[in-house]
Amino acid sequence: MEILSSLGDGFAVALTFQNLLLALVGAFLGTLMGALPGLGPANGVAILIPIAFSLGLGPTSSLILLTAVYYGCMYGGRISSILLNIPGDEPAMMTCLDGYPMALQGKAGQALTLSGIASFVGSFFATWGLVLLAPQLVKIALLFGPAEYFVLFTVAFATLGGVSSTNQAKSAFAAMLGLGIAMIGVDTQTGVQRFTFDEPHLFDGIDFLIAIVGLFALSEVLVFLEHHKGGAAAKSGRDVAVGKLMPDWPTLVSTRWTMVRATVIGFIAGVLPGAGASLGSFLSYSVEKQVVDPHSKTFGKGDPRGVVAPEVGNNAAAGGALVPMLSLGVPGSGTTAVLLAVLLSLNITPGPLLFANNPDVVWGLIAALFIANIMLLLLNIPMVSLFVRVLMVPTRILMPVVAMISFVGIYSITGSTFDMMLMVGFGVVGWVLRKLDVPLVPVILGILLGNQMEVNLRRAMTISDGDWTVLVGSPLAIALWAIAIIGFTLPIIMGRRLKSKIEASRPSEEIAAGD
Amino acid sequence: MFRKFAAVGLVAVSALSVTTTASHAQDFKPSSPECLAPSAPGGGWDFICRTTAQYLREMGLIDGTMQVTNMTGAGGGVAYAHVAKERTDAGNVIVAASNGTTSRLAQGAFPNSTPEDVDWLATFGAEYGAIGVAADSKFETLEDLMNAVKEDPRSVAFSGGSAVGGYDHIKPLLLGKAAGVEDVRQMKYVAFSGGGEAVTALLSDSVQALSGDLSEIRGFVDSGDVKILAVLSPERLKAYPDIPTAIEQGYDVVGPNWRGYYIPKDAPEEARKFWEDSIRAMTENEEFQKMLEGAGIEPFEHFGEDMDQFIASNIAEIEEISREIGIIQ
Repeated sequence: MEILSSLGDGFAVALTFQNLLLALVGAFLGTLMGALPGLGPANGVAILIPIAFSLGLGPTSSLILLTAVYYGCMYGGRISSILLNIPGDEPAMMTCLDGYPMALQGKAGQALTLSGIASFVGSFFATWGLVLLAPQLVKIALLFGPAEYFVLFTVAFATLGGVSSTNQAKSAFAAMLGLGIAMIGVDTQTGVQRFTFDEPHLFDGIDFLIAIVGLFALSEVLVFLEHHKGGAAAKSGRDVAVGKLMPDWPTLVSTRWTMVRATVIGFIAGVLPGAGASLGSFLSYSVEKQVVDPHSKTFGKGDPRGVVAPEVGNNAAAGGALVPMLSLGVPGSGTTAVLLAVLLSLNITPGPLLFANNPDVVWGLIAALFIANIMLLLLNIPMVSLFVRVLMVPTRILMPVVAMISFVGIYSITGSTFDMMLMVGFGVVGWVLRKLDVPLVPVILGILLGNQMEVNLRRAMTISDGDWTVLVGSPLAIALWAIAIIGFTLPIIMGRRLKSKIEASRPSEEIAAGD
Repeated sequence: MFRKFAAVGLVAVSALSVTTTASHAQDFKPSSPECLAPSAPGGGWDFICRTTAQYLREMGLIDGTMQVTNMTGAGGGVAYAHVAKERTDAGNVIVAASNGTTSRLAQGAFPNSTPEDVDWLATFGAEYGAIGVAADSKFETLEDLMNAVKEDPRSVAFSGGSAVGGYDHIKPLLLGKAAGVEDVRQMKYVAFSGGGEAVTALLSDSVQALSGDLSEIRGFVDSGDVKILAVLSPERLKAYPDIPTAIEQGYDVVGPNWRGYYIPKDAPEEARKFWEDSIRAMTENEEFQKMLEGAGIEPFEHFGEDMDQFIASNIAEIEEISREIGIIQ
């Protein structure tokens, strides 16, 4: 009851003309940024920080604008994933797997609507989770020490093989590549430099935004250039028809359990610090695949559940990631790290007392999230064609724009020409990997999680004075190991037994090439 | 609060044409003032730049607005080298700096750069370090904690928000030295990315003590989850008069994480004078002081020769301890 009355107060804060307008602007810009490849939630929010500050917005209003952008990006990312097979932002990469095949089958409109509804469901319940859980969260997060985090990341990599590739070895190679890239930079536990070759620009390691934009956006431009030169322009023309928007009722109903599962998984992935929306969508997808389609019969070929799961997952994770950020001051994802910095510079200290000291900020923000979520649903289903039109621009115009936004976006964040060269390098690497049919998603996961995984292992070792048994030292750690082992071996055992079936149902070349 | 500042800003801007000649009659005015933040938007240095830009504009000390540029890389090293070697424009730029800058210089983490490559302008504030333990910890005073460390340095792990060799690491080492720990290299420090994570590690009993800036942990202090054993300031802080300093408990250690600026070496003398006067005027501004207090930053002002001396001793201190713990060979 107390929560409901606080929430009521929150709506009173959020329902001012200025704040509603900011939520709408944020939702619109967020969807647009999410849809445009290269611009994701972290750089979207980062780009708007100066605007929020220079407009002289108060803490609540600034947060409303920025979190609306954050939620909006989670919606928008799916549009280009489905229509172009380029993730609009990094959490949307899993949506490509089934979204693009659906688009190829002429069901792009249905995929967009389904994923829009999925996004809404994920966000809606995650925001409720935020309401209910944030005040209690302190205890849950404290169950995770460095050892448990290490095992958690092991789970992510152990279950990697089952996703995104038909070839486990290529998938493992891609993950290793990502882990290797994550090693670059100054080692925080000893201060030693690794693989920096005395190049100051590499001291901080490689920003995963640069890797993502290079691997996905620029390699797409290169692929386009290649086909265009080879006279295959027609094939690269990606003007997929949207088709009818409303999915059949049975299709929608058939995804209801997917939504439930993915909400829970995504939310938990979001709540865990350092994991974030990418892990949310990734885990939701792989679990869903294990549950309903362990033999890869329909997943990867345009299964609606394969579109719904990651979209619910990443939106639920986006809400979940706000929980530790607000209640512990620990960001649950890259974007919430940016939001945390905003809070601090607005003179608000996140932590257990935030709910007591700044209830107007917290509950105003939560109410605004509910409002923004409804606005996003309205923007993203009936008006989805507006955003689609942005992507329907002929490829020969869209691709230069993609390249331009990639360069401008990265430059506005890092201000470094070196990083732009690096991004071009990643573009070439991404293009080569695509040629070799190596999936790109594990590379990104390696870069994203590698550091955290290593650092937590080393922290656990420092604390235990080098005693490895600390890694199985708690019931939680043991349970996580069990999940990792099952997740790793199950696809292999199942795969052997049903090898012929899998061979028969292997996705066609066209789909596999797009990760 | 920000809305109020904005209002003040509007008044200041509209009155700009009248006040410029009145408030600071000077020969030099930067033609396109710029504050270079060696971090990404949202980082600590970025905050220094944006705050400075805001106050200098609102106080009418500069014409128009001051541009904030972000240049990331090498923990500030890229910006440092850029300013030292490539910036020759006539006194337009100031660069945000802090303990992180001098620490890295002292440890030679900026390749081919020395502290003499730039002109150290001023500091305006500092956050003081604090040593905390969980509320239910057996350690009641700093002495309890340091005695345990002295007896067995491996028995107490400190968590902190900076990398090994960073200031959160150096603070407990300085205390260990003051307490007479034989080999401070034996002391256990676990690096986390940011103060929030370091506090979480303390609360989950992964570590026994915490080294951080007070502003990062005060939320947990107010909620009663974290107990501060000592604050590393010369005197007790106004906001927390009950927390004793390390000095009064017999450990002569002060740990200010200062905030300030440097400018290019070859900036004209009148430009240096202009920036110094402007920053000084900013620190005297009441709104600015209130903002600092709210953000948990104490006044900490060094200008001119005093600044040069402060930087020299700051770097010497970090160099000494870094040599002792083997970060510099």
